[in-house]
Amino acid sequence: MLRYTLTRLLSLAISLIVASVVIFLAIEILPGDPAAFMLGVNAQEDTLNALRDQLGLNGSLWERYASWVGGMLSGDFGTSYTYRTPVAEMIGERLWISLPLALYALALSTLIAFPAGIWAASKRGSAVDVTVMGVTQLGVAIPNFWFAMLMVVVFAINLRWFSAGGFPGWDEGFWISIKSLTLPAIALALPQASILARVMRSALLDTLSEDFVRTARAKGLSRRQALRRHALRNALIPVLTIIGLQFSFLLAGGIIIENVFYLPGLGRLIFQAISARDLIVVESVVMLLVFAVVIVNFAVEIAYALVDPRLRHRR
Amino acid sequence: MSDPRTDTLPPSGAPVRLWHLAFRSRNLVIGLALTLVFVIGALLSFLWTPYDITGLDIANKIKPPSARNLLGTDHFGRDILSMIMVGARTSIAVAVVAVGIGMVFGVPLGLWAAARKGSLLDEVIMRANDLVFAFPSLLIAILITAIFGPSAVNAIIAIGIFNIPVFARLTRSGALSLWQRDFILAARVAGKNSARISVEHILPNVTNLLIVQGTIQFSLGILAEAGLSYVGLGAQPPTPSWGRMLAESQTMISFAPHMALFPGLAILLTVLGLNLMGDGLRDLFDPKLQRSRT
Amino acid sequence: MTHMLKTTSLASVLALTASMAVAQQTDLTIGLQLEPPHLDPTSAAAGAIDSVLYANVFEGLTRFGPDGSVGPGLATSWEISEDGLTYTFTLAEGVKFHDGTTFDAEDVKFSLDRARAEDSANAQKALFAGISEVTVVDPQTVEVTLSAPDGNFLFNLAWGDAVIVAPESIENIKTTPIGTGAFMFDNWVQGDRIDLVRNEEYWGAPAYLDSATFKFISDPTAAFAAMMAEDLDAFYAFPAPENLPQFDADPRFKVIVGSTEGETILAMNNKMPPFDDVRVREAVAHAINRQEIIDGALFGYGSPIGTHFAPHHPDYVDLTDISDYDPEKSKALLEEAGIETPIQVKMTLPPPSYARRGGEIIAAQLRQVGIEPQIENVEWAQWLETTFRGKDYGLTIVSHTEPLDINIYARPDYYFQYDNPDFQALMEKVAVESDPEARSEMFKTAQTTIAEDYVNAYLMQLPLLTVAKTGLMGLWPNAPTQATDLTGVTWEE
Repeated sequence: MLRYTLTRLLSLAISLIVASVVIFLAIEILPGDPAAFMLGVNAQEDTLNALRDQLGLNGSLWERYASWVGGMLSGDFGTSYTYRTPVAEMIGERLWISLPLALYALALSTLIAFPAGIWAASKRGSAVDVTVMGVTQLGVAIPNFWFAMLMVVVFAINLRWFSAGGFPGWDEGFWISIKSLTLPAIALALPQASILARVMRSALLDTLSEDFVRTARAKGLSRRQALRRHALRNALIPVLTIIGLQFSFLLAGGIIIENVFYLPGLGRLIFQAISARDLIVVESVVMLLVFAVVIVNFAVEIAYALVDPRLRHRR
Repeated sequence: MSDPRTDTLPPSGAPVRLWHLAFRSRNLVIGLALTLVFVIGALLSFLWTPYDITGLDIANKIKPPSARNLLGTDHFGRDILSMIMVGARTSIAVAVVAVGIGMVFGVPLGLWAAARKGSLLDEVIMRANDLVFAFPSLLIAILITAIFGPSAVNAIIAIGIFNIPVFARLTRSGALSLWQRDFILAARVAGKNSARISVEHILPNVTNLLIVQGTIQFSLGILAEAGLSYVGLGAQPPTPSWGRMLAESQTMISFAPHMALFPGLAILLTVLGLNLMGDGLRDLFDPKLQRSRT
Repeated sequence: MTHMLKTTSLASVLALTASMAVAQQTDLTIGLQLEPPHLDPTSAAAGAIDSVLYANVFEGLTRFGPDGSVGPGLATSWEISEDGLTYTFTLAEGVKFHDGTTFDAEDVKFSLDRARAEDSANAQKALFAGISEVTVVDPQTVEVTLSAPDGNFLFNLAWGDAVIVAPESIENIKTTPIGTGAFMFDNWVQGDRIDLVRNEEYWGAPAYLDSATFKFISDPTAAFAAMMAEDLDAFYAFPAPENLPQFDADPRFKVIVGSTEGETILAMNNKMPPFDDVRVREAVAHAINRQEIIDGALFGYGSPIGTHFAPHHPDYVDLTDISDYDPEKSKALLEEAGIETPIQVKMTLPPPSYARRGGEIIAAQLRQVGIEPQIENVEWAQWLETTFRGKDYGLTIVSHTEPLDINIYARPDYYFQYDNPDFQALMEKVAVESDPEARSEMFKTAQTTIAEDYVNAYLMQLPLLTVAKTGLMGLWPNAPTQATDLTGVTWEE
């Protein structure tokens, strides 16, 4: 197990180094000079140079890479070119919107998907099953930004139940904030819920056909009892894996939805940063997201290996 | 297994039966029909569209659906039906090539990794895959198009890169289970090297898997292209694309809903068609494993 | 009778409370499309900084009025020496910065010297290039010496880049702007909004509003939805002209149509073939149907222009006939120039919808005469690097929003690369001319020269479209500079 963990750690470190190089180089060849963008069309050459110096853009490639990585290792993500505030602070602020939004969407999707999947599985082939499967097919196929647009028209402009977007801030009150995250969370949750419901259903059906469930049924348990007592627990493994995957997707995947609802979250920050050539923000946020996913994957692998020793030797 | 539909079906075998089975699969029929509608529309647009979409007709802008323009006109007075037909071309081309990229690079990598299971090579390939997966795909697509400029080609590359690990993993896992089988052992005993076995015996046996996954990646590609061109990073004007049509109609949705409704429906129906087709194909190839797409 | 009396009084009470409720509104939430990157107007080009802070938080020695005229600001009066080289400003008394420090001549000297210093990061450093010395005479008087007479000097000082800042608060100006204006900076939620509150110690006429919130909504759809949902009281420079008829038809809202200083042009690269040939440029100009662009891209708002000058300026000459819509003439000109059609040219389009939509329309129009623009949509950062600085483009569309900026045609290295020594001499003359008559004549000649040289194709003056709740009064209808002056904004009873 120790050996396994060590090899995993080594490959984790290599992954992160490769990722940081790729990200840094990608940003490096991104056309557009941050200083020129900030100073506009009437800027003079000496002014531009003065600003580039201030931003630390004039160093060599290696120097800048080293200072970026070195800074990150010591918890310093640098200072945003445009906002002139520490990147770590900005990320922290935006996370307070993106993270709750992702959690909210995940909660919604789970709350919808579990009953729907279980119900469909327990009545396999019935009208209920067909309906759930049909709706989830639509849910998977619908472009979520389009769905968001339609929701804004119906619920914000026509019915005026929700505001069309924006985020008042948590200090304005918990429920007000939750309300303003509701439409975006629904838009994000719909495809996720559809996928999850389908996974739930098929995982249940798979376990239902396995021997131990059959045995239980042979012992006289009804289909529903078998489902509840045995199948559900075993079906949870693939379902939880999917939920884990969805969470990291939701965190970064909200870019378009955050734009539709003009939520000042992480996704919109990075979008703005790219167009303003606030490169240090782009680099750090992308790196952070990659880091999060890699770490989660690592944790999942270790957990699996602890549960199932066979896995240590597979691959 | 307990599905009444599949349980009563005879095991697949002869092509005639296969055909028969295909038509008994509702998913496959509906999916195929929907997909064909858009493919035919796209092909037809090379020869004919109801109206020419290269010329603008500002005087005739934002007209609701009518006998003259079945789906109405857009903000430049172009016929939306014609735009959707030509737009289907863009969407389908981007998605098909992106899937192609994924297969061309992913399948050999997967085969190679499986043939050298447990070796350093296998480890490197799979770790590289994980790493690609770890990047937030939409963000990277945005970065790629920001670096190289927005265009259909760059959208293809951005989407295609993320298809590579999908096919590599799928091929590897499919191939791994095959390597345990007797007929592979027989081939080995006959002196064939692993590269030859991979091509001659493994590949044909993972084709079904690849077709099913290809259909699904195709539909994801359509969605991804729509998302990218919605944020302005796909095909550039005057080439129509569904995502950009949605973006352009967005400010007018409150007084000209038809402009947003039809391109959105086009995306929805195409993706739906492909997903149904994918499910149907899976049932067809492997009735025992009639599980839903994850 | 009693019954009736009762109902009337009840109704009037209701009416009274209703009107009181309306009259009680003393705050304002106003939408803007762009968020400032930081809050120092003296070290960035971003107009969004001025949109929030100019006249509200920061003031200069002189200031722009709603009609673009230059009037007294922190300098209540000034004297100009005979030779036009020395300006003596008398400063307003009893002025305090928002942090309580006193405003005096030292602050003026500090601000101007900082802007023109070697390591200055001022985006409009050229405004201060003529200053040779700033001298503090006494706390209320400051003397500015120029190296040459400058007819534009008072105008230059009115810019947002020339506002007065204090050495005590300069350190944190980018996050905590401290000025002398009628509003004080309160809070900035990045990505969302900036809050201002009334400055109770203001030296001039106090503002009516006791607080104001600028909300940043870049997406036009979201802006529309936010207005319709009444999340906002007003949206200054509303980005989607297509939505205005809906606001107009809604009794809750009014639409204010004004003008910006934005001459919107189809710029041509005068040094790059085929546009180095004046006949080709003329052909492009005649191939363009301005009305179609205004209808298609701006939904009918905006007025056609024939040269690089604002139509509302008194010296404007209508020269649209020089480049009237005549595709046949275009084709003839192209043939005369020996251009083999169809010819492909590169057209870069920055993000605003006038450029993106206008570009598509222009591309379609140019295709009719055999010029095939290859559209490339770019972001601003990229546009600045490749088009503006790198000059790697054939055609591009952009709106020049600086006031009175025809002098950019005197810069041969400017992105459209127009190099005409006569024009350059004329601009040098106008810069030092202070006689209004003579200046007016020179401006008219300048307009005609660039129109007849077909330097660029002149499309339209960008409109300023503002949506507001019906009771909101006092917003500037026009934008003589980038500003959202809230000092005179009130709610109607």
